[in-house]
Amino acid sequence: MSLILLIEQILNGLQFGIMLFLMAAGLTLIFGVMGLINLAHGSLYMIGAFCAAAVAGATGSFLLGLIAALAGAAIAGALVELVVIRRLYTKDHLDQVLATFALILIFSEGTRWLFGSFPLFLDIPDALSGPVTLPGGIEYPLYRLTLIIVGLLVAAGLFLLISRTRLGIQIRAGENDREMIAALGVDIAKLYTIVFALGAALAGLAGALVGAIQSVQVGMGEPVLILAFVVIVIGGIGSIKGALIGAILVGLTDTLGGIFLPELMKLFFSPATATSIGSSIASMSIYILMAAVLVLRPTGLFGARA
Amino acid sequence: MTRETLFNSAALAALALVPLWAHFSGEPFTVTLATRAVILALAAVGLHIALGLGGLVSLGHAVFFGIGGYAMGILAHHAQTYTPLMEWPFVIEGTKSMPVIWLVAVVLSSVVAYFIGLLSLRTSGVYFIMITLAFGQMFFFFAISWSAYGGEDGLSIYVRNGFPGVNTLVPIQFYALCFVILAAVMFFAARLQRSPFGLALNAARQAPDRVETVGLNPMRLRLIAFVLSGAITGLAGALFADLNRFVSPTMFSWQMSGELIIFIILGGLGRLYGPVVGAVVFVALEHILGDLSDYWHIYLGVLLLGVVLFARGGIIGMLLGREVAHD
Repeated sequence: MSLILLIEQILNGLQFGIMLFLMAAGLTLIFGVMGLINLAHGSLYMIGAFCAAAVAGATGSFLLGLIAALAGAAIAGALVELVVIRRLYTKDHLDQVLATFALILIFSEGTRWLFGSFPLFLDIPDALSGPVTLPGGIEYPLYRLTLIIVGLLVAAGLFLLISRTRLGIQIRAGENDREMIAALGVDIAKLYTIVFALGAALAGLAGALVGAIQSVQVGMGEPVLILAFVVIVIGGIGSIKGALIGAILVGLTDTLGGIFLPELMKLFFSPATATSIGSSIASMSIYILMAAVLVLRPTGLFGARA
Repeated sequence: MTRETLFNSAALAALALVPLWAHFSGEPFTVTLATRAVILALAAVGLHIALGLGGLVSLGHAVFFGIGGYAMGILAHHAQTYTPLMEWPFVIEGTKSMPVIWLVAVVLSSVVAYFIGLLSLRTSGVYFIMITLAFGQMFFFFAISWSAYGGEDGLSIYVRNGFPGVNTLVPIQFYALCFVILAAVMFFAARLQRSPFGLALNAARQAPDRVETVGLNPMRLRLIAFVLSGAITGLAGALFADLNRFVSPTMFSWQMSGELIIFIILGGLGRLYGPVVGAVVFVALEHILGDLSDYWHIYLGVLLLGVVLFARGGIIGMLLGREVAHD
């Protein structure tokens, strides 16, 4: 177990965590402002990936694909908010879970109907393919490094948006007291549509970026959705800071657990048993982390409300 | 007799008579379909005790369904390969006897439900939904990586397990067995709902502070409801695995937990017959729509959306035009 491998794995965990953050940020924003559990967030991730793969396949430009992903997911998000989601704000969580579960079915089958069951492929652009040498002589794929940087930039942009702009003020006010800001003349219905579209665009971006290192297929959104929920629950629902810390925690736990737990188990068991016990604990590790956080802090690390 | 009791009796009679009719007109597949519906209804009646009575939105009930399934899979697997389950400190053999398997399924899922409930009930609202989901995923991934019992591929059983005096290989006889269990559990659930415990649980859902003021512990009431609920869903899991003669990690999947909630909402939340009607309608739709189109999930999605947005009392509420008191 060399230092280089360790650093590589930490970077992998970081990259995974940052992509989870893009998903989780939208989810936590939507819950914080509108009080809505949106299971269909994974579908928006999938829509982003499919838009990117289709446009990049047709035009040959990865950048156009990314723009298509952002636009496609934002439009789909705004549409679904206008038609369905806004009827759910006043309903209880159970109805929200069920209605957005229904949306997953509609989106997944609709995409299967349009694109077929076979996975699409989105290629890494030539300029970003191949490895890059980091200080210390570590070779690391340039594309993954780009993902980390892009994700961190988006995170910084989001913090600025929330803390410095007029829209951000309205979002924060909406989290605290929606009647009051409606009374002050803010068009709350429009604000909700914008927040939902913003969250959708972030999910679409994550889908497109990850789509280039995995295959783009129907059902790709649900595993990420569950992880994003784990992230926002660990971080505290409604908190962007919590989402960032939760995402990195989950990314690192998942990646490092898969590598080190089998090694750790070898100290106690024979190699074959150690590998199987280690890998089964590793696949459960983030859920164990989540359960532990909730038992100790029932509203997450940075959560205020129950 | 109110319209609701009339409707409920009609539903139960249909469940008893339709498969019998299918059996005599030589359609064993319909009997198998009905068996599937009845077993899923049993699982959903289990969830109803936590969700409908206790107000606990558990998105992790697949845990108990899966535990029941694996209890059957593992015991029958050892029986058919003639290997003991464990040899130390005492020998445990596998078994092909349904009553023993059911007992194991119920005991195991109760114990697991007790511990999951103990931890999860510290949270509430969204956090409760998510922590139960997390426990579901834990078991799902554990089952996938448990290579001794098939891992991702699951376990197949060659011959359905036996029940004294019943030939379980004949579809209608196995159906009758499942139907009797469902009826018995529903009788028990109806009694539970009207018992002092059921009333206190109902009150704890609506006004926990007041319940606490009169000296009852809402947490304890919820925990008991959660354990009972898990035990029933576990029993259904054992039956479901026996129906398919197959158990796999999908029984632990979060979609499974979601489907159980769907049954309840589709039929009518807060009503004992809600999960039963919901499960039967769901299985029928799955079969009919599945024949019509490869993309039948779209229609299912639209239908569910319609139920959530426009028909709050589910199918029963729509037919009888009255919502059950539920906040």
